[in-house]
Amino acid sequence: MTVLDKPIRPGAPAGPASPPPRGRRTAAWLLTAALVAGLLLLVPVAAGTGAYPIPVGDVLGSLLNRSGLGGTELDRVAESVLWNVRFPRIVLALLVGASLGCAGALMQGVFGNPLAEPGVIGVSSGAAVGAVAAIAFGLNFLGTWTVSVFAFVSGLVTVLVVYAMSRSGGRTEVVTLILTGIAVNAFAGALIGLFLFFADTAAVNQITFWQLGSLAQATWPKVLAVLPCAALGLGLAPLYARRLDLLALGERPARHLGVDVERLRVVLVLVIALLTAAAVSVAGVIGFVGLVVPHLLRMVAGPGHRFLIPGSALLGALVLLAADLAARTVAEPAELPLGVLTALLGSPFFFWLLRRTRRRQGGWA
Amino acid sequence: MRGTSTRTVNARGLLRLVPSRPVPPPPAAPGDVLAEAEGLRVHLGGRPVLDGVSVTVRAGELLALVGPNGAGKSTLLGALSADVPADEGVVRVHGRPVTEWSAPELALRRAVLPQSASLSFPFPVEEVVRMGRAPWAGSDLADEDDAAVAEAMARTEVTGFAGRPYSALSGGERARVALARVLAQRAPLLLLDEPTAALDLRHQELVLRLCRERARAGDAVAVVLHDLSLAAAYADRVAILRAGRVAAGGPPAEALSEGLLSEVYDQPVEVLPHPRTRAPLVVPRREP
Repeated sequence: MTVLDKPIRPGAPAGPASPPPRGRRTAAWLLTAALVAGLLLLVPVAAGTGAYPIPVGDVLGSLLNRSGLGGTELDRVAESVLWNVRFPRIVLALLVGASLGCAGALMQGVFGNPLAEPGVIGVSSGAAVGAVAAIAFGLNFLGTWTVSVFAFVSGLVTVLVVYAMSRSGGRTEVVTLILTGIAVNAFAGALIGLFLFFADTAAVNQITFWQLGSLAQATWPKVLAVLPCAALGLGLAPLYARRLDLLALGERPARHLGVDVERLRVVLVLVIALLTAAAVSVAGVIGFVGLVVPHLLRMVAGPGHRFLIPGSALLGALVLLAADLAARTVAEPAELPLGVLTALLGSPFFFWLLRRTRRRQGGWA
Repeated sequence: MRGTSTRTVNARGLLRLVPSRPVPPPPAAPGDVLAEAEGLRVHLGGRPVLDGVSVTVRAGELLALVGPNGAGKSTLLGALSADVPADEGVVRVHGRPVTEWSAPELALRRAVLPQSASLSFPFPVEEVVRMGRAPWAGSDLADEDDAAVAEAMARTEVTGFAGRPYSALSGGERARVALARVLAQRAPLLLLDEPTAALDLRHQELVLRLCRERARAGDAVAVVLHDLSLAAAYADRVAILRAGRVAAGGPPAEALSEGLLSEVYDQPVEVLPHPRTRAPLVVPRREP
């Protein structure tokens, strides 16, 4: 249709002579392999570590036994510790970590802003409001899903509010986004305080502990409670990777390239709310995973979302599993709240990010 | 249970809304009208920006849109590219009102170069250019991807920094990368908003030569330009906009008259024939 018949100028090299993108593609594959290997290594180690140590060999044996591939059954206590305490907790850590990492990557893509993160811009607290309301008023008309559904609805409302308030003319300014986050966090904090005021003592204790962010109460029913949200969100997210790449050009150019930007936004906001709700409803507010994880991956493998989205889910799962392992072993027999630990490690990264950006481009203002 | 089931229905509903694969346009014959505005009126912020504009962009032709700041050039281009909705009148692309095309269908028919090209994440140059191939993903023409990207980068002379992140480029380099992305799209209608604004002398010429080649190859090209001599040298037709209306239109030699330009720009100008090519040269009247 548009064959240009003028010969290509001899000085200009022809062909896609671009080693860096190729190198990045290789880096993406290597990273994926490394992340999967890391998970395969860490899961049995985490399952064996704790107040009741179980050798890794026995963990694998029990796993094989349960899946009907030989192996050996352990004694009653070890089996119970492994299958009623450790594995639900590990699965929950993986689900929550994957959801947070993936939600962070999606949110940064939708806002076109590397600082967007469910915790920073207040979506986690928004989801927490719904969850706290459900716990405080003892609501259970949707069974084990009640807290998740409440977290999803209030999280969704929060994403929409933040999105509407921080965008103008198709762009999100960083300062507006962060300030919106501050306002949303303050409002959500006030609502949570209000619910605490009306809750009875048992509910207050439950909420306080939950708010710090913890996986200590993990059970299989809890895993089932978040599984639909997390699985649906994690399954849908990679389908939009290409379109998120195009969205980096801006809304109009993305539309010129055939992206239905409005629909993309609606779907992704729903997915973000699903993932955040999945994480928050069982584990409270666990900050910075969604910020740090996609940033690290972008530095190594570039900003392409086709790797970034699944990669962030994998690395998020790995990071949260490691963090949870640390939280329950560092101060044995006591347990550190997981949210406190991730914030302790994540905040310095945030500082470093701010400083680096100031150095490079004179800040975000 | 209730919660999950509604969520699944939601997701399925949204998935179903994804449209089926759009059909690429048939090749256009020279002279076919690929984009036109008819009696177009657009109000922005309560002010009429376009006030009854009619223009046509034909296959095989390079149309330059010129005029003073605020005359409505970019708004007209925005309306032709379906960014700006018409308040009155109609905008057609490939013979059909723009509002009746879906975004993926339009993406196979027209490529748009915006005035400023920003990027939220530091994608490398080659990946930015490759984004221009997105409309063809999954179609038979996706096989052309590598060739189209390589050719577009070579044509705009950005191959040398194909691997560098877009954010590390200068303004002029970014402008050329953005143009390469638009060229790689290989759409039969090109709408370019000030493609030469950030470019040096050599690259201004390069870009307009490219535009003319695309027009000679059968595409329709509309370009917003500020440099009237550049427009005169390369365009087949010029449309001069003034305060939301077309003040004059036609071949450069006819449309670019001293009297009209002096009046439209509120600045006395001289129009001289180039000593060798006879193309009109437009220069402001300067006292020694």
